[in-house]
Amino acid sequence: MAIVSSNSTTSAADPLEDGRKRAMLLAALYIAQEQFGWLSEEAIRRVAERLDLSVGQVKSTASFYTMFKLQPQGKYRIQVCEGLSCYLVGGADPIIEYVSAKLGIQPGETTADGLFTLEVVQCLAACGTAPALKVNDELYENMTFTAIDQLIERLQEQAE
Amino acid sequence: MENVELQQDQVAIPTYTELPYYRKQVRIALRNCGIINPQRIEDYIARGGYLALAKALTEMTPDEVIGVMKESKLRGRGGAGFVTGIKWEFARRSPARPKYVICNADEGDPGAFMDRSILEGDPHSVIEGMAIAAYAIGSEEGYIYCRAEYPLAIAHLKTAIQQARDYGFLGKNILGSNFNFDLHIKEGAGAFVCGEETALMASIEGRRGEPRPRPPFPAVSGLWSKPSNVNNVKSYAMTPQIILNGAEWFASIGTENSPGTAIFALTGKINRTGLIEVPMGITLREIIYDIGGGIPGGKKFKAVQTGGPLGGCLPAEALDTPVDFDSLVQAGATMGSGGMIVVDEDTCMVEFAKYFLTFASAESCGKCVPCRIGGRRLLEVLTRISNGEGKPEDLDEIEYISRNMKEASLCALGQLTPGPVMASLRFFRSEYEAHIYDKKCPAKVCKGLITYRVIEENCTGCMVCKRNCPAGAISGEKREVHYIDPSICERCGICITVCKFDAILIE
Ligand SMILES: Cc1cc2nc3c(=O)[nH]c(=O)nc-3n(C[C@H](O)[C@H](O)[C@H](O)COP(=O)(O)O)c2cc1C
Ligand code: FES
Repeated sequence: MAIVSSNSTTSAADPLEDGRKRAMLLAALYIAQEQFGWLSEEAIRRVAERLDLSVGQVKSTASFYTMFKLQPQGKYRIQVCEGLSCYLVGGADPIIEYVSAKLGIQPGETTADGLFTLEVVQCLAACGTAPALKVNDELYENMTFTAIDQLIERLQEQAE
Repeated sequence: MENVELQQDQVAIPTYTELPYYRKQVRIALRNCGIINPQRIEDYIARGGYLALAKALTEMTPDEVIGVMKESKLRGRGGAGFVTGIKWEFARRSPARPKYVICNADEGDPGAFMDRSILEGDPHSVIEGMAIAAYAIGSEEGYIYCRAEYPLAIAHLKTAIQQARDYGFLGKNILGSNFNFDLHIKEGAGAFVCGEETALMASIEGRRGEPRPRPPFPAVSGLWSKPSNVNNVKSYAMTPQIILNGAEWFASIGTENSPGTAIFALTGKINRTGLIEVPMGITLREIIYDIGGGIPGGKKFKAVQTGGPLGGCLPAEALDTPVDFDSLVQAGATMGSGGMIVVDEDTCMVEFAKYFLTFASAESCGKCVPCRIGGRRLLEVLTRISNGEGKPEDLDEIEYISRNMKEASLCALGQLTPGPVMASLRFFRSEYEAHIYDKKCPAKVCKGLITYRVIEENCTGCMVCKRNCPAGAISGEKREVHYIDPSICERCGICITVCKFDAILIE
C-alpha cells in the first residue's frame, strides 16, 4: 500500500506544525494496519505515541473510516460488491445473503475459526464483468452461487 | 488519409471522430486522456501543457486570471455548479495567510469514474489548473485529496508531481517568477461524506471526516482555519484551456448559463457505456441514443439517473431535456458530478430508489439527527413497500420525512439523500401504488411480491433447474413436470437462467 507523506517544508516554529503532525494520522494508520493486519490496541497506542495524540483521539478517528479495521480480520477477507452494476445484473444483496448464510456470519463479522471475514464494499471497478467480489487482493468476476461454493471450498482446503 | 481516393466498391473506414460514439463529443477536460502517456510530462508539454501557467505567470496579474475565469462562467464540476471565478475571487480577498488550494478527488458516487480517468490519464492538467488557481488566489501550497480506492490515480499523480518539480512547474520561483507553489497528495480512507468540502478538509487534517455548517465558507476559513479554495478535478482540468484559449472561446461552447462541456460516465442498461464529454445543452436523448446507442436487447428505456445517489431520475417524457445545471434541476434531477445511469423496463423504480437510499443513508456521518434518523426511517418505509407490506399513508410519510431532511440537515448529504426517492415517487408514483394497493411489483423485481412458477406445457422434466436450485425448492422426477414450492423458493432467479425451455415464469 502506498503511503504518501506530506513532505513538510515548514520550520518547527510554524504554528501549524501541530496540525501537520495530526494530518499524518490517516497515513500512519494505514502503515500500522499494513504491519499488524488490523488496528489492535497495541497498534493504536503506538500511532498515538508517535503523533503525540491520545489513544481516544486516534480510536475515534480510525473508527470513522471504513478502511480501518478495529477488529482482527479473517485469513480471507471476502469483499462482496454492492455497487450499482453488480446490483443491476442480480448481484449485490443475493450474493451477500448467500455468502452470509453459507459462512454463518453477518457482514463485518469473522468466522469462529478465524478463516473468513465478510465485508460489503462499493464498486470494485469490475462493472463490465459484474457481479464481482474480492478475496484479499484477488478479484473474482461473473460470480454465481456455484462459483462461490467452489471458491470457498478451495479456500478452506488451502487453509488446511 | 483524405487524399486517398476510394474505389467505388470500397467502404471508407470512419476516423474515430466520425464514429457515432465520438461525433457529438467535444473534448476539453478529456482532450489528452488516452492520447498521451500520462507518465511522461514531455507528452503533456508537446500538447501545449503548462503554456497556460506560463501565460498566467508572465502576461497576467492574478486579478486578470480571475477576470478570465469569471468571464468564462465556468461552473464547478463537483456538483453544486458554483461559478469558479467568483469562488477564487472570494479566496483572493481573504486577508489571512497562508492560503490553500485543494483538489477534491474523492469521487465516491457509484457508477462514476470521470475524475479517476482524468487523474490516471492526464494528471498534469489538474496540477497545472491548481497552480493557476494558486497564483490567482495567492497560495503556495496545495492538497489533492484522492480516494484510496484509486491506487493507479495516486501513482500517476505522484509521478506527475515529481516531474513537474523537476521541470520547474512546481516549487520555488516557478518559471523564473517569484511565485512558489507545491503540492501534496492525501489519501482518503473510505467515507463518502469526505467528498463534502468541509468534511474533506477535516479529513486532510487527520480528523473524523464530519462536515460542519457553512458559513464560514472555506474561502474564509478552511483547512486549519485558513482561506482555502476547493474545486473538483474536472474544474481544475478545464482551467488551463480557458486561460490559453480565452473566456470567449469557452463561453461559446455549451449554453448561456452553463458554458463548456459536461463529462459523464455512462453506465447501466445502455449499449455503449463509457466516459463521454459533451457540450452543455445536448439533450438526454442525444446522449442516450446517439452516443450511447440506446437500450440493449430491444428493451424499453425507463429512466435515467443523474447526480448519483444524491441526484434524481428522469422518465422517458423528459428525454428532450437539455443537459445543463439549471435545466436538469428544473426537470427534477441534478447535474451532480457526472454519473449517468440508464435503466430499462426490467428495473423496479421502488427498488432503484431504495438502492440509492441504502447507499446514501449508510454514509451519513451521524453528526446531525435529521440525516441520521431520517435516512434510516425513509429506508424502513421503502423496505416495507418493496416487501409488499406498504400502507396507504406511506407515501405521505415519505414526503414528510424527505421535507424534514431537506430543511434540517447540516450538510448537502442529508439535504439531498431524499432526492432519488422524491424523483422516483414523482415520476413513477403508479409503481409505488401498485406495490402498496395491489401488492404487485410491475417490473417483477421485488422478491416479496413475486412468485416463480413452472409453465407445465414447456417443462420437459430435464431436472436442470432442480439440480441448480440452491434452496432445494424444486421437486419433480425425470421427464415429469417440475414444481417450485413458493414457501421454500428464495427467488434468486437461478432456475430461469439455467432453463433452456423457457419453462419458468415470474408472476
Ligand atoms: C456528500 C457529498 C459528497 C460530495 N462528493 C464530492 C466529490 O466526490 N467530488 C467533488 O468534487 N465534490 C463533491 N461534493 C461537492 C463538494 O462539497 C464541493 O462542492 C466541490 O468539491 C466544489 O468543487 P467545484 O466548485 O469545482 O464543483 C460532495 C458534496 C456532498 C454534500
Ligand atoms: S458495481 Fe460491482 S464492480 Fe462496479
